[in-house]
Amino acid sequence: MIYVKGLSKSFGSIDVLKNIDAHISPGEKVVIVGPSGSGKSTFLRCLNLLEIPTAGSIVFDGQEITSDKADVNEIRRHMGMVFQHFNLFANMTVKQNIMFAPVKLKLMTSEEAQAQAMALLERVNLADKADVYPSQLSGGQKQRIAIVRSLAMKPKVMLFDEPTSALDPEMVGEVLELMKQLADSGMTMVVVTHEMGFAREVATRILFMDEGIIKEEAAPAEFFGAPKDPRLQDFLRKVL
Amino acid sequence: MQKIIEGLRLGIYQTFILENNYKYFINGLGITLLVTASALILGLILGIFVAIVRSAHDQQPQNRRNPLLGILNIICRLYLTVIRGTPSMVQLLIMWFVIWASARATDGNMIRCAILSFGINSGAYIAEIVRSGIMSIDKGQMEAGRSLGLTYAATMKGVIIPQAFKNVLPALGNEMITLLKETSIVTVIGLKDLTKGAMIIQSKTYQALVPFLAIAAIYLVMVLFLTWVMDKVERRMRESDIR
Repeated sequence: MIYVKGLSKSFGSIDVLKNIDAHISPGEKVVIVGPSGSGKSTFLRCLNLLEIPTAGSIVFDGQEITSDKADVNEIRRHMGMVFQHFNLFANMTVKQNIMFAPVKLKLMTSEEAQAQAMALLERVNLADKADVYPSQLSGGQKQRIAIVRSLAMKPKVMLFDEPTSALDPEMVGEVLELMKQLADSGMTMVVVTHEMGFAREVATRILFMDEGIIKEEAAPAEFFGAPKDPRLQDFLRKVL
Repeated sequence: MQKIIEGLRLGIYQTFILENNYKYFINGLGITLLVTASALILGLILGIFVAIVRSAHDQQPQNRRNPLLGILNIICRLYLTVIRGTPSMVQLLIMWFVIWASARATDGNMIRCAILSFGINSGAYIAEIVRSGIMSIDKGQMEAGRSLGLTYAATMKGVIIPQAFKNVLPALGNEMITLLKETSIVTVIGLKDLTKGAMIIQSKTYQALVPFLAIAAIYLVMVLFLTWVMDKVERRMRESDIR
């Protein structure tokens, strides 16, 4: 579904990603872990071109999205993105947040979008918050709404950029629970996270990134049971 | 004491009642309001356009710059530099005596010239106010919009500008007040606004105290009214901030 080849990204003279190759198949749940500054967020943001790669190519659904002719907006419709800081539209109510993109892009009428928004809110038990503004919600509620806002576009893949890192510990559980449900429903997911429990339980494959390269790549059992890379062994000792 | 009251009474009589002098205030007030309101609308249109060009240009990724936007940005910056770097009275003098030199000195022409001059002047300040508002919005808001497949323009219009506008309302209110008072310099091209009205009465009656205090009071009342309106609007727009 997503083929990444020779991906590099530098900010000025700093090379954040160095010649990365990766492949994500439909239905996979790929979790990316690594120390801060390892380039994992940048890698994820390159996948939907929020960062423009310096070199390399990314092919999504048979389409080379890194080429100049690619329609970035069209591609992004099929890739949901969830941010660390939620980024709900502060000037809209919860329901308007969910309806905005589908209606604006003329994928649905206002009535259809409204019905879909309510169904999605029902699914995350937040239907009673439909008409409040984001500033009145807790972090966990905001993040669950940010997730369903992305789902409203019916994406083929969901990208999560540290979705629980800005949450109070109490609220991490409700967000991870929703992500697990999503994983069980067969969604293709790429998740950057520090939640090792989630990685172990949900991931089909875990990537370990450090210094801009993928140092190790394995299924959870092997990843946690028999890590080979010395930097990964050191990393796991510190976080587990 | 008696003398002072007597003098004041004469002043009021000559300023307002003699030869229907009060009409200078009423007609002048009309012109002041017309110039202010029209210049404000022109300034808002210009200012928002320039602000969007400037921030769209600055927010482009380094390696994918649009050349057309680059040229527009240079024009906008030139405009901001020249307009903010010269006194508005000088701009008005140039507009009337140089650019409109061949126009006949009718009220209509002078009003149009004043609106254009003040609109262009105000646009430069409004542009920077609106741009500061756009910059004050967390860049995550734009990223969220783009990640859903919305265009830059759609996200700007639906998400960024409404929030930016709310943030800059106090500054915009301030600019409105400044503009209202600054229109008094149209007297230099001979346009009969509120201030000119008081000057005419002074030259006719040799009264200074009453006419000038009167227009000071009128300006003050208008500013108080504007402040009150802006307060109302601001409170309205703060609805989404209730915590």
